[in-house]
Amino acid sequence: MLRTFRADLHIHSCLSPCGDDAMRPQAIVHQALAAGLDMIAICDHNSGENVAAFMSAGSENGLAVLPGMEITSKEEIHLLALFDRLEECLALQKLVYQNLPGENVEEVFGCQTVVNRRDEAVGTNQRMLIGATLLPLEQIVSLSNSLRGVTIASHIDRQAFSILGQLGFIPEGIALDGLEISRRTSREEAKQRFHSYQGFSFIRSSDAHTLGDIGKNSTRFLLEKTTLKEVQMALHQQEGRRVLE
Amino acid sequence: MTVFDIAEFFGLETRAGKDHLDEEVTGGYVSDLLSDVIAHSRKGNVWMTIQTHPNIVAVATMKELAGIILTGGREPDPSTLQKAEEEGIPILVSSVFTFELAGRLYQKGIPGLSPC
Repeated sequence: MLRTFRADLHIHSCLSPCGDDAMRPQAIVHQALAAGLDMIAICDHNSGENVAAFMSAGSENGLAVLPGMEITSKEEIHLLALFDRLEECLALQKLVYQNLPGENVEEVFGCQTVVNRRDEAVGTNQRMLIGATLLPLEQIVSLSNSLRGVTIASHIDRQAFSILGQLGFIPEGIALDGLEISRRTSREEAKQRFHSYQGFSFIRSSDAHTLGDIGKNSTRFLLEKTTLKEVQMALHQQEGRRVLE
Repeated sequence: MTVFDIAEFFGLETRAGKDHLDEEVTGGYVSDLLSDVIAHSRKGNVWMTIQTHPNIVAVATMKELAGIILTGGREPDPSTLQKAEEEGIPILVSSVFTFELAGRLYQKGIPGLSPC
C-alpha cells in the first residue's frame, strides 16, 4: 500500500569541511526523527566515509538512511548521488577520490571528521573535499547511474555551484533523476521560474550543515516503503509512486 | 601598485577589507572556476570574478591573494562580506565587465601570468 513519507535527502555531516562539528550520527538521526522525517540521506562533499556510521545509527533508531554523496563536477556543479547500498556509494567514492586533487587546509575550509555510529571521532579526512573533481558533469551522472544510483542536480535555484548557475541551462538528454530546490525558493516561485524543466521531478531538501537546519525543507513522497528504488520510481512517476506537492 | 592604488585609479568601490589595501599587487588573475584559481593564481594577485559566494574568500585566503574584484556590477553576498572582514580580504566592486577591466589593469602595468 502506498503512503506518504517525508524525506530530507541532502544532509551534510561533520565530514564536510563546512558541516558543523555536531553533525554526527546519533545527533542527526534523533534530530531527524524529532523533525518528523521518515527518511534522510547523508551527502557529504565528495566523500561517503561517514555514511556507514549513519546507516547503523539509523537502523538502531528506526530511521531510513540512504548512503549518498554530493559530488562537485569539473564545472563546479554540485550533484547528489544517492544509493541503495553502501558498497555502491563507496565504489563511486573510489572514482571520485582518484579524480580529486589537493589537500584540505583545515584553518581555511574547516575540519573533516570521520565518526563512528556512537558519534565518536575516529579520524580526519585529509583530502580537499570542498574542491572540484576532474570529472565532467555528464561522466558523474553516468557513473552514478551505472552504480544504480539516483542522481539529482543540487539546489538549482542558487547561483553558487548549481547546474544553472555554472552552465546556465540543463544539457539536453542528461540522465538526471531530479532537480533539487533549496529552502530559499518557495514551491510557487520554483514552479514559475523552472517551468521549462517540468519534465524533471523536483525535490526539496534542507542541505543542512547544522542540526537546526534538518527537515527545514523536505520532500513528501508517495511510496510503499523507504528505499532508494521506491524514491527512484517516484521521481519517474512509476506504478503510482510520485513526489507530492 | 597597491590594492588601494588600483581601487583609486580605476574607480573601484571597496566593500570589505578597508584596512588591508596596502599590499603590493603582484599581478592579475581572471577566472570564475575556483579550482582554476586554486591551481594557477599567485600570492599577491588581484582576482577578478563574477562569483559572489563566501567560498571566494576561502580561496583568496588560501592563496594569499591581495584582493578580489567583482566585475559587471556584481555585489558580494552578505555572508561573503562578513567572511572577508573576518579574514581581512579586500573585496572591490566595479560596474565594468571583466575583459574591459582586466585590459585597463594590464595597460597600467599589472602583469598577467605567462604560461610555463
